[in-house]
Amino acid sequence: MKIKKRSFALLFYFFLLIIPIYWMLNMSLRSNADILSTFSLYPANITFKNYIKVFTDPTWYSGYINALIYVSMNTVMSLAFALPAAYAFSRYKFLGDGQMFFWLLTNRMAPPAVFLLPYFQLYSTFNLIDTHIAVALAHCLFNVPLAVWILEGFMSGIPKEIDETAFIDGYSFPRFFLTLFIPLIRAGVGVTAFFCFMFSWVELLFARTLTVTEAKPIVATMTRTISATGLDWGLLAANGVLTIVPGALVIWFVRNHLAKGFALGRV
Amino acid sequence: MEKWSDNRAWFLVLPVFVIVAFSAIIPLMTVVNYSIQDIFGPGNAVFVGTEWFEEMLTDQRLQDALWRQFLFSGLVLLIEIPLGILIALAMPKKGWGVSASLVTIAIPLLIPWNVIGTIWIIFTRPDIGLFGVGINSLDLLEIPFDHTARPSYAWITLMAMEVWHWTPLVALLCYAGLRAIPEAYYQAAKIDGASSWAVFRYIQLPKMRGVLTIAVLLRWMDSFLIYAEPFALTGGGPGNSTTFLSIYLVKLATGQFDLGPAAAFSIIYFLIVLLFSFVFYQALLHVGKGEKIA
Repeated sequence: MKIKKRSFALLFYFFLLIIPIYWMLNMSLRSNADILSTFSLYPANITFKNYIKVFTDPTWYSGYINALIYVSMNTVMSLAFALPAAYAFSRYKFLGDGQMFFWLLTNRMAPPAVFLLPYFQLYSTFNLIDTHIAVALAHCLFNVPLAVWILEGFMSGIPKEIDETAFIDGYSFPRFFLTLFIPLIRAGVGVTAFFCFMFSWVELLFARTLTVTEAKPIVATMTRTISATGLDWGLLAANGVLTIVPGALVIWFVRNHLAKGFALGRV
Repeated sequence: MEKWSDNRAWFLVLPVFVIVAFSAIIPLMTVVNYSIQDIFGPGNAVFVGTEWFEEMLTDQRLQDALWRQFLFSGLVLLIEIPLGILIALAMPKKGWGVSASLVTIAIPLLIPWNVIGTIWIIFTRPDIGLFGVGINSLDLLEIPFDHTARPSYAWITLMAMEVWHWTPLVALLCYAGLRAIPEAYYQAAKIDGASSWAVFRYIQLPKMRGVLTIAVLLRWMDSFLIYAEPFALTGGGPGNSTTFLSIYLVKLATGQFDLGPAAAFSIIYFLIVLLFSFVFYQALLHVGKGEKIA
């Protein structure tokens, strides 16, 4: 009986979790005139007009492509930079290691708003405004430290004897690292990639400031529309629903490691 | 684990140092530069010393935003931590339900932050939102519900959104902590005839200490930097009632283009966050040591 009560409470929580998303889905399947004129708990006259508009109008669909480009670039960059550094932190004592680690951490915690103005100028100087690489680089500010952190947690779970044995067997460091060590922590690499993807995908402030038209992501397109008059709720909702899709797809692959990743590999 | 002592490890860290320095140190130096000068145009700047800092430290709106920020982050912890623990305790431990609950719970975490705002606008608007229309049709409130009309309504909506968005993170962390408890502990408790409260108090809670530390500090820090969600939901209004530190800073920097004061504000903000980061780091180190002894 007690178990039943618990499951019921949990189901109620899931219901609360889903209902706002359901409401957006409901709106996305109705025309704007329908939304404003009648209040309905479900879409009575289902229309895919909003989705068709998103997929055929370049001002909308290019936003998704742009976002996916810089998010992928950022994920690859973050992993490539963070893997060797995380190995160093998990295996070696070196001059200033503690201070370096703390400094990295402060960048994960730094308010993005503080960096807004200098970033605009810095990237203008290098002629990088409105390019995908600018946003990907800017997101490295918080994603590289995060990646180092999670990977270090996973790597510390691998006994050091494995490294020692490999070196005695005559493996060079790069060969050991790429062919033996990385496969051992592939779950950690997957989870780290997921988190880099996630934090780059959900970020708004840098993505909006560093882009104008060519690399403008969907989140920025949506905020610009939201302030315009004569808002099309159906279209906005359709875009909102579509921004959930990539996350929902990747989450399935890491579902068993999610919690460990959120605990920064330290459970 | 005993670590090898070797300063050549720096070569492995160097790429990270270079890229983060490019993203963090150069921009910060620019901010410092602005904060002590009055800039009239290119090549035309006057050194003003601590004038901007004095101006910002006595700025009433900044102080208001700071207290608002503390209130917000405090409320976030008070609600999300107990709720997250309860959800983690209720989650299934085996079977198909595990994957299903994990994925369902994680969905809000993967939605872009401003879309979170959009979802809640659509959900709570008094003309088209389920919540807005629903609560107004009950006719309980003296003034009809509208999150843009009154500060109290804006805060309720904002807190509901925040709890909806981030409690899953706390729940996931606690769940990870609970899964790490060996089954033998529960069997021993059962033999001793321990009540479920005793199991929670003396087994589950102590074993969750590590993940709870991470959860408290992550939620504190991230709620302290909040920007996109209130920006999308209320834009900081009505009035300034939901203007938190980041929102005020962005308004100052890009809206009014007051570079000097904005830079001084940035540095004050950054120092506050740095202080919290330090506490966070120490707490994490401490947790790591505690686990090794136990």
